[in-house]
Amino acid sequence: MNEMAKPAAGTVDLAIVGAGPAGLAAAVTACELGLSVTVFDEQAAPGGQIYRAVEAGMSRGNAWMSMLGEEYGRGAELVRRFRASHADYRPGTAVFDISADGGLGILGPQGATWIEARCVLVATGAMERPVPVPGWTLPGVMGVGAVQTMLKASGLVPDTRTVIAGSGPLVYLAAHQLAAAGAEPAAVLDTTPRGNYAQAAPLLARAMLSGSEVRKGLAWRRDLKKRVDLFRTGVTRVGIEGDGHAQAVSFRAGGRDEQIECDLVLLHEGVVPNTQLAMAAGAAHAWDPLQACWRPEVDDAGRTSVAGLLVAGDGAGIAGADLAVERGHIAALAAARDLGALTAQEAVKQGREAHARLRRKAPLRRFLDRLYRPREEVLVPPDDATVVCRCEEVTAGELRKVAAMGCPGPNQAKAFTRCGMGPCQSRMCGLAAAAVLAEANGNTMAETGYLRIRPPIKPITVGELAALDGVGAPPDTGPLLPTSPDEMPEE
Amino acid sequence: MLKRLHEIASPVEFEFEGETVVAQEGESLAAALLAHGAGDFRKTPVSGAPRAPYCMIGVCFDCLVEVDGRPNRQACMTPARAGMKVRRQKGTANVKGGS
Repeated sequence: MNEMAKPAAGTVDLAIVGAGPAGLAAAVTACELGLSVTVFDEQAAPGGQIYRAVEAGMSRGNAWMSMLGEEYGRGAELVRRFRASHADYRPGTAVFDISADGGLGILGPQGATWIEARCVLVATGAMERPVPVPGWTLPGVMGVGAVQTMLKASGLVPDTRTVIAGSGPLVYLAAHQLAAAGAEPAAVLDTTPRGNYAQAAPLLARAMLSGSEVRKGLAWRRDLKKRVDLFRTGVTRVGIEGDGHAQAVSFRAGGRDEQIECDLVLLHEGVVPNTQLAMAAGAAHAWDPLQACWRPEVDDAGRTSVAGLLVAGDGAGIAGADLAVERGHIAALAAARDLGALTAQEAVKQGREAHARLRRKAPLRRFLDRLYRPREEVLVPPDDATVVCRCEEVTAGELRKVAAMGCPGPNQAKAFTRCGMGPCQSRMCGLAAAAVLAEANGNTMAETGYLRIRPPIKPITVGELAALDGVGAPPDTGPLLPTSPDEMPEE
Repeated sequence: MLKRLHEIASPVEFEFEGETVVAQEGESLAAALLAHGAGDFRKTPVSGAPRAPYCMIGVCFDCLVEVDGRPNRQACMTPARAGMKVRRQKGTANVKGGS
């Protein structure tokens, strides 16, 4: 029987950031092993993105749940187990800072505070890859996932002429969900590059052996082709036009240029890890050329290059919700092992099934990654006029100009153009900006690098920071800001 | 642009640019405003271009609005509450007072 060293007062064993599949699964396992666990999540209810509003969804009944699909339903059971655990759950709480020695700056309903943890698990998942095409900043252009979010959380569906333009399993899932809700899109423009089919074909047989996902996806796609008025494949050169709002989509398919009217355009080119927290903590990251994204360097349990910091779920590399659950479980075992609550032998034993399931699904992942690798014009927007940094309205052409002036990467380009300095902190522009600079300079993405991510990584006012309370807070040296307008310096 | 699949179970009313918006209590302001037909949510600081939500999960920051005098609120991350006064954000936030 292993004794766990008593934690210092005020220090939790395992702080988990994110209440999606990986975070929830890790919390359940860690609690079962007797660790003290705190889970921080910015949403009001657990589930992350994929299982968003699943508790409310359950109370809507079977027809609702079956419209959203089997995978969504699995979230309900996981959330139930989480609620039954002894995890200290802090919804409505954002993590705005992280230190390499287990400190987290959190901002919740009661204000900002600093907490200490012996281990931190970052389970902040993924976001849709931004799709920089001409006109993508117009109102009426959203990610496909945005509509899924509104469907799950608010029961909202488009009731207007909608075009989906993109590639990847989420395109077919979302279109299928919308059609089941009586809101099928007017057009689906499948941008999966034709050449990808040939490249992925050798991987298909093994992918189909690992489960029913491919069969299901193909069935949805076949069904869509029958239901949707306009279905084009091998689509390129997507552009959106409109006066103050999306009004039409132009594109090229089958060697012809076409344009269709619409009010809502939904874009999708896969998902990429949210790397802000792990990067801010100083964890080493590597460029994944197949998934075309940055991911933290982790061992097979999710440990990063920073001691005591782990990453699980899609934030460690895209693999989907079911595998996020497995990785959350494995990461919790690793944390327990590292904290002395579990022997290495026990950790291996309790993780055996999860690792086996990860191995079984690996061929599916390889197939999907190969088939749905975005076309080059999504990764490196060819038109100079295309906006790359939405916040500061910096175009691809401006980035090419500063590359020609000698900017090797995004940190330097930021100083010259403000690209990456807006409120989104390069979440939307980082990948494309680096890709434009890499191509212009004839360098690889790994050589070009990424923006230096600095806290605060979530919005926090100076007042909230100044009022920060808790373990490790700096000594009170008086107000940091003038406290009344009269004390403001003359402009 | 959007329609509701079911009746609002717990309606709350808030104000947007002088109009009354009915929302499900606790749903995001962004969802409620899009369902209401709000069009754009803000004008950008650089060019005054109209913007509306893109990601709906707190990543893109294009849904910034002013709520009860506080600017830079992500509408997709702000739950709707009765009596809120929401306005479009025009340009940068004005931190000295209302815009």
